Amino acid sequence: MAITVTDSAARHVGNFLAKRGKGIGLRLGVRTTGCSGMAYKLEFVDEAQADDVRFDSNGVTVFVDPKSLPYLDGMELDFAREGLNEGFKFNNPNVKNTCGCGESFNV
Amino acid sequence: MALLQISEPGMSTAPHQHRLAVGIDLGTTNSLVASVQSGIARVLDDERGRSLVPSVVRYHADGRVEVGYEAQARQSEDPHNTIVSVKRFMGRGLADLGDPGRYPYKFVDAPGMVQLITVAGSKSPVEASADILKALRDRAERALGGELVGAVITVPAYFDDAQRQATKDAARLAGLNVLRLLNEPTAAAIAYGLDNAAEGVYAVYDLGGGTFDISILKLTRGVFEVLSTNGDSALGGDDFDQRVFCWIVEQSHLTPLNAKDTRLLLTRAREAKEQLTEHDEARITALLSTGELVDLNLTTAIFHEITATLVNKTLAPTRKALRDAGLAPEDVKGVVMVGGATRMPCIRHAVGEFFGQTPLTNLDPDKVVALGAAMQADVLAGNRTQEDDWLLLDVIPLSLGLETMGALVEKVIPRNTTIPVARAQEFTTFKDGQTAMSFHVVQGERELVSDCRSLAKFELRGIPPMVAGAARIRVTFQVDADGLLSVSAREQTSGVEAAITVKPSYGLSDDEIAGMLQDANANAETDMKLRALNEQRVEGNSLIEATRAALAQDGDELLSLEERAAIEAGIAELEAGMAGADHLAIKRAVEALNQSTSEFAARRMDAGVKRALRGHKLDELSL
Repeated sequence: MAITVTDSAARHVGNFLAKRGKGIGLRLGVRTTGCSGMAYKLEFVDEAQADDVRFDSNGVTVFVDPKSLPYLDGMELDFAREGLNEGFKFNNPNVKNTCGCGESFNV
Repeated sequence: MALLQISEPGMSTAPHQHRLAVGIDLGTTNSLVASVQSGIARVLDDERGRSLVPSVVRYHADGRVEVGYEAQARQSEDPHNTIVSVKRFMGRGLADLGDPGRYPYKFVDAPGMVQLITVAGSKSPVEASADILKALRDRAERALGGELVGAVITVPAYFDDAQRQATKDAARLAGLNVLRLLNEPTAAAIAYGLDNAAEGVYAVYDLGGGTFDISILKLTRGVFEVLSTNGDSALGGDDFDQRVFCWIVEQSHLTPLNAKDTRLLLTRAREAKEQLTEHDEARITALLSTGELVDLNLTTAIFHEITATLVNKTLAPTRKALRDAGLAPEDVKGVVMVGGATRMPCIRHAVGEFFGQTPLTNLDPDKVVALGAAMQADVLAGNRTQEDDWLLLDVIPLSLGLETMGALVEKVIPRNTTIPVARAQEFTTFKDGQTAMSFHVVQGERELVSDCRSLAKFELRGIPPMVAGAARIRVTFQVDADGLLSVSAREQTSGVEAAITVKPSYGLSDDEIAGMLQDANANAETDMKLRALNEQRVEGNSLIEATRAALAQDGDELLSLEERAAIEAGIAELEAGMAGADHLAIKRAVEALNQSTSEFAARRMDAGVKRALRGHKLDELSL
């Protein structure tokens, strides 16, 4: 069981957390809403939940709730630039298909 | 796949529901767009990494529109169709422009605002601004990867209703949903997080390319109130380039230059100025078309010497702004620097010395307004959690009111009231049987309508005929979060209504606003007396009118000749008093006339009752 954060993503997360001035890590999760079944959740964490599973990768602490974990196991969080747009990208081996825009997915 | 941003805890959005919001600094010389992503405000750059969009629009005969650097590059070739500094024309009539001859445009006066004739037809400043906003919206949607839910657009603190409305119209034309208009100095203060800082007075020193603004803000309970503004609309970083240019010409003993060489040397001058921000000296070399070679060394010391007057020119308005706010430099808790020209060490030094403290300079002065606007947009779009939800409030710069009888101003919403706000006040009719009422909405601090600014006029018709003073007309003033006003009037018994949204026709300059405020204070006493005088005149008129009406109706029947003469003498005396300027004399005459007509009034009452009873049997009356 593992979730990893690429160097580039880790650098950006560290930067965002530092500028935000608070927060202990990043929450990854899935929600069961979306045009193709599931949607990712990506949030700052100020307080961990009791049942959170933690991963440390490249200096970033990632928090995942146990219900989301099966969908995200083995995933890599990356930071990418596409044209003018930049942001985080999920490389998820569990995904079978995504909707056109990639914001929601199916396993 | 789509790229994601980090949300605040618990604030993740459903797919396709990202609340993308931006802050826009719509500047005179340059504009910027910024957004909060993963909790941090950043300015959105174009494909070439440039953050600024020059506020220049060029119109082509075939309907094409160029905005930004492309338009700026062609400015000297096609001056009539390339509109620069359009912000100076927003909400302005031809009369407001002073000398239109100093602009290379063909103006036409149109109701409300000038228009500029281009090869693509006549364009209003609103349309040109909308084209700049469209370019910014486009850039933002490409950078954020989706449609925007809204934007916060900044405007100078001294912008009046006409200029704010024009800015809002431009945004609507550009397909932007305006979450709010925000004062530029307030946006800069937000970017520095001053809204979460200690309460107190802050100064925002904004020296841009061609304009200088100083604003004194007061922060109380998270609300920024603009205490005063001042500035110089023809002073900016470009003037420093000009000074260096003159110095080059002088030092190199150059003969009159052609346009190309002038441009070259101005560019070199600007580069030298920018170099002096980091270094103690700058070398200036240029080969002119005449074959002359310019090779000079500009030191910090020389630069200071040749630009000292410009630096001082910014301190005079600063002093004035403080004086208008009734404050001294040491009352100021923090100084925010805005505008690229504040990078110059000599400016920072002079401002620091003036206020006796180091000004805040750690944010990019070109971007600070856009960043603050982006932070505000993020909150208004609902991307923040409840706990750190700061609702930023703004205030009305000048009081809003109505004209009442005697050309007096009845203030309905006083200045510095936080917005949004709604206030209602009841008014009544002045004459018997009056069925219509006209409302004149004015803005300003003075007591007389002629000293305030007229915003709008409208009429309420269909008031049921009643005796004077019986109708109850409720007038509601509503100012939305952008500082825009709508006024409605409703007669309470019949429910007839009339309303107007104020889109005033002419703008006020910052000087005029500052001047109006000063006048109000300087003339407080005269105003009070004039007000008292006009009030007494209104009262006198109304009494004379009522008395004459009564005399015409019942005078022959109920009064002896002597009695009638006494009342008419009282009227004459009152009229004489009203021609004078002593409100106490009028008051005395009103009281005297009231006295001499009291017996007449009593007889009329009796006669009225008798008339009502005549021809009726006692048992017909239910007593």
